[in-house]
Amino acid sequence: MVEHSIYPENQEMVITTSQVNFFYGQTQALFGISLLIPAKQVTALIGPSGCGKSTFLRCLNRMNDTIPHGRVEGEIFINAKDIYAPGTDVVELRKEVGMVFQKSNPFPKSIFDNVAYGPRIHGEKNPKRLAEIVEQSLQQAAIWDEVKDRLHANAMGLSGGQQQRLCIARALAVGPKILLMDEPASALDPKATTRIEDLIGELRTNYTIVIVTHNMQQAARVSDYTAFFYEGQLIECDQTPKIFTNPRQKQTEDYITGRFG
Amino acid sequence: MNNTADKFILLSLRLITYAIVLVVGYILFDIIRNGFSALNWQFVSSFPRRSGAAGGIFPAIVGTFYLVVGTIAVSLPLGVGGAIYLAEYAEQNRFNSLIRLAIITLAGVPSIVFGLFGLGIFVLFFGFGPSILAGSLTLACMVLPTIIVASEESLRAVPKGFRDASLALGATKWEMIRTNVLPYSLSGMITGAILGIGRAAGETAPILLTVAAFYLPRLPKSVFDQVMALPYHLYILATQHPEAERIRHMQYGTALILLLLVLGLSLGAILLRTHSRKKFRW
Ligand SMILES: Nc1ncnc2c1ncn2[C@@H]1O[C@H](COP(=O)(O)OP(=O)(O)OP(=O)(O)O)[C@@H](O)[C@H]1O
Ligand SMILES: [Mg+2]
Repeated sequence: MVEHSIYPENQEMVITTSQVNFFYGQTQALFGISLLIPAKQVTALIGPSGCGKSTFLRCLNRMNDTIPHGRVEGEIFINAKDIYAPGTDVVELRKEVGMVFQKSNPFPKSIFDNVAYGPRIHGEKNPKRLAEIVEQSLQQAAIWDEVKDRLHANAMGLSGGQQQRLCIARALAVGPKILLMDEPASALDPKATTRIEDLIGELRTNYTIVIVTHNMQQAARVSDYTAFFYEGQLIECDQTPKIFTNPRQKQTEDYITGRFG
Repeated sequence: MNNTADKFILLSLRLITYAIVLVVGYILFDIIRNGFSALNWQFVSSFPRRSGAAGGIFPAIVGTFYLVVGTIAVSLPLGVGGAIYLAEYAEQNRFNSLIRLAIITLAGVPSIVFGLFGLGIFVLFFGFGPSILAGSLTLACMVLPTIIVASEESLRAVPKGFRDASLALGATKWEMIRTNVLPYSLSGMITGAILGIGRAAGETAPILLTVAAFYLPRLPKSVFDQVMALPYHLYILATQHPEAERIRHMQYGTALILLLLVLGLSLGAILLRTHSRKKFRW
């Protein structure tokens, strides 16, 4: 169980999960995950491959709904609303909770159309307003200066790092409060990775960020809180410096000191 | 495998390919050589005279064109719709794999069977009579499997990343399909349509029983009229005509026009496909 004491007195919580189980058909991938995600902080999820980090992340915006025979148990509250309650509007949820994927996946359309995609499907037609949203989102994702002269060029022509920042801009354009990132920099070179990490540092003033990473240094650099997953269980969650200097659990210590995983 | 065996296989494959090209090339050459003399403006623009022994084949060209357009108009939306269902909505269970198997099998059913089916269902049961409507529907049934299979494959080829990204941005499933799957699979669907066009234009058996007339003095006025059609015209000229031996050039001319028509329609579709390929590349 997570103790509240690891958070400052008046820390607001945006996501509360309690006793979350997830099943892929007969196979259980998550076991009773109870975790709090603090507002406007970066929470890193770490753990060895296959421990359920992505599965947990995808529960938070219900992307797991698309998995045939996938099943969730337990409760997940986002902004005090049970997101698995019957009648929940998944579209509204996903507007609130944006997601960035491991493999950058810009649409094979223009840079502009990529960023405008979300606002457009949510009914924004005014070209002036769309142009504003696109510029603002690209600014926020720290890619505006690199692409402002070729907004109508195909996004596939961008470099890997630029594509990933474009995907972040695309997610921001919908106006989410929460950003889920699943190893957003794992396919990038060190320089592009640094840019993404800097970007996360800037975004954390306005957004609640949950980031999955394999890279311990990265978790240490970008996050305020770190949750360690192991074999589908949440082993512990604490302030990042504490996890990396003085973890309470032996398993956590073994993992971060590189004894396994 | 050793090097000699490797070389031998490569050589045989190459020879087989050349042989195929040679045979097709010879057929083309033969048709062009024999049909070329029949080609002139009058041949493509006027009605036949003396039971097709003289005059032109204009109404058959028009008829085949109508039939192809009608067939595509019916089979493309239906086929694409079916493919969307199979690729995007249908659960992967035994029942649906059975459906898929049935569709693939349907593609191999002889065309005369489709002709009889069309006669029974569209001509008689629905009472359309021998008509463009009945013929197009029959041909549509025949090309439907081809279009479904090609479309389904092209839908499945769209990367999961596009779908995930779309959904994660709050698109509904249908919005996701419409904006981020269909546009990219268009070129594959057009390929299916091209194959369909070729078959619809060239088949004789399905139209024999459902629409084709050997001679009509005027062009059709509505979809409930019969039409003349190139393959049927060719069939009669070559096998049923009393002067069949003497009018070989008319037969070859008709075959050549049929080839050109299919080529023209396919070329249009291929251009469309290249265009949509260029637009979306990943
Ligand atoms: N679609 C799926 N169907 C069945 N099992 C799955 C599916 N996706 C993941 N799993 C299983 O669920 C477990 C957790 O997977 P998950 O992808 O959440 O791990 P992860 O921590 O994100 O790993 P990685 O660091 O390699 O991305 C694994 O054992 C995996 O094999
Ligand atoms: Mg993962």
